[in-house]
Amino acid sequence: MLVYLIRRLLQSVVVLAVMSLLVFIGVYAVGNPIDILISPQADQADRAQAIHALGLDQPLWMQYFVFVRDALHGDLGHSFVYNTSALGLIFERMPATLELAIVAMLFAVIFGIPLGLWAGLKPDSWSGRSIMAGSILGFSLPTFWVGLMLIMVFSVMLGWLPSNGRGATVPLFGVPVSFLTVDGWRHLLLPATNLALFNIALMIRLTRAGTHEALMQDYVKFARAKGLSNTRVIGVHVLRNILIPIVTVVGLQFGALIAFAIVTESVFAWPGMGKLLVDSLNFLDRPVIVAYLLVIVTLFIVINLAVDLLYSSLDPRVRLTDRKG
Amino acid sequence: MSAGAEPAIVRTAESPWRRVAGNFFANPVAVFGAALLGLIILAAIFAPLISPQNPYDLAQIDVLDGKLPPGSASSAGGHFWLGTDDQGRDMLSAIFYGLRISIFVGVSSTVLALVIGLAAGLCAAYFGGRSETLVMRVVDLQLSFPSILIALILIAVLGQGIGKVIAALVTVQWAYYARTVRSAALVERRREYIEAARCLALSPMRIVFRHLLPNCLPPLIVVATVQVAAAIALEATLSFLGLGLPITEPSLGLLIANGYQYLLSGKYWISFFPGLALLLTIVSINLVADQLRDVLNPRLAR
Repeated sequence: MLVYLIRRLLQSVVVLAVMSLLVFIGVYAVGNPIDILISPQADQADRAQAIHALGLDQPLWMQYFVFVRDALHGDLGHSFVYNTSALGLIFERMPATLELAIVAMLFAVIFGIPLGLWAGLKPDSWSGRSIMAGSILGFSLPTFWVGLMLIMVFSVMLGWLPSNGRGATVPLFGVPVSFLTVDGWRHLLLPATNLALFNIALMIRLTRAGTHEALMQDYVKFARAKGLSNTRVIGVHVLRNILIPIVTVVGLQFGALIAFAIVTESVFAWPGMGKLLVDSLNFLDRPVIVAYLLVIVTLFIVINLAVDLLYSSLDPRVRLTDRKG
Repeated sequence: MSAGAEPAIVRTAESPWRRVAGNFFANPVAVFGAALLGLIILAAIFAPLISPQNPYDLAQIDVLDGKLPPGSASSAGGHFWLGTDDQGRDMLSAIFYGLRISIFVGVSSTVLALVIGLAAGLCAAYFGGRSETLVMRVVDLQLSFPSILIALILIAVLGQGIGKVIAALVTVQWAYYARTVRSAALVERRREYIEAARCLALSPMRIVFRHLLPNCLPPLIVVATVQVAAAIALEATLSFLGLGLPITEPSLGLLIANGYQYLLSGKYWISFFPGLALLLTIVSINLVADQLRDVLNPRLAR
């Protein structure tokens, strides 16, 4: 177990190093931020001074060396556009994205699991079939277009919910959150629904497949033979056993939700780090792009590790050992 | 030898393609999907012939016709059945032209990714050893990150343009094919016919491409169909974010992005109809893929 953990952590460090090199070379080899950041009217002396100030006159390997040295000190450079710490900029936007992703995941679990359970218990009924047909739609619909349609219906036509921004926030342990205010919830509802849609469909499919399988198992037949109530059989015996794959997927999908929040945040002008990335890509704000990617890679590595550990504690059959071949 | 090797098994029954086609068309939903997809592809191919106007010929559009709701009469006589955009372009024509670009990007990136993934996956499975470890490590690493993130990084690195978007989509997709074909090939490799081919001292290349490849195709066809839809959706998303195709290649995603700014003032049609076209394309492809999965799966056929 400990050996496994150490190996995994070492692997993660290697992945992080490789990704940082790839991202750095990739992002820094493209385009010329000087043309974007310095006014064309600037004279030669101003230009040279600005290039020197940004460290762009150094050779590429030197820039990477400085970058790694600073990164190990928690400094991923200054944004060319905002002229503040790139990492600080991302951490400032991170709570908004995490809040959106967590609420979306809650929606997915709250709606997806009961619907999937229903579809699994009554696979041939009219309702079960329509739930499954709906889940196919959830997979096919492009997120950004669904977002537009939500805005069209609920903001423009009905005028019920606001279409952009985060609304009123209150600090919780020093972090601004919007799920504690009514206005915040009004702003959260549309983007979170939009982001959750794919995962609701995924949860439905997963729960249905698991239920379908569990119902045929001997322990369910035995539980019924013991004369347990239907609610108890389904709520305890079936649900508990299908929870293992669901927990895994919830964990793994959480990373995907943060990544896909890029799209939802752009549609709903949600001030999170995904929107920051899109803006930075448009401005070629390289330190912010690199910092975002490193932060999200780290996040992914942590999530994957956490899911693996959780998995082993939920399912005693899984032994975390070094896999061979 | 080469003439008699494979057909001998098949000749006794009807051809496999006919059997697959027969099973495919047994499901009315799949037939509907295939028909819809056929119509969409025809509309895309013959866009210049069936469009009421050429939306990118400045002589044919009139700014005074701008932002007209669906069904309005045009100044040149005739109707804009799906309304017009801010420049006075007929949305129906713009959608036909947009479908062309979207489908072209989706299909070409899928085909390229299929070829690359196929070669990598087959070689990994057949030769094993270090090449397999390397290929599968890269595949695992790539598949642990969401496609949109990888596409955005690549766009950040490569810059914008139609070739670069295709390159980004190919990089996102190849790993799926490599993994699918490897797992199929690992099973097939142990079969007797591969052993027989080896005993005949055929060259490895011949065994891989003539014997191994055709038997790995069914799962690959299913994945490729799903991936065309995914590629079209991803390209539309990138273009919507302003990070995909340039304004000179107005795909459906760009049309939707253009309509976004008018959505809040109630002019829904500028982004609603291109989105509907995108949706119908993706859903029809997925319906076809769903049925293909059932038809091509030998476990279900028995």
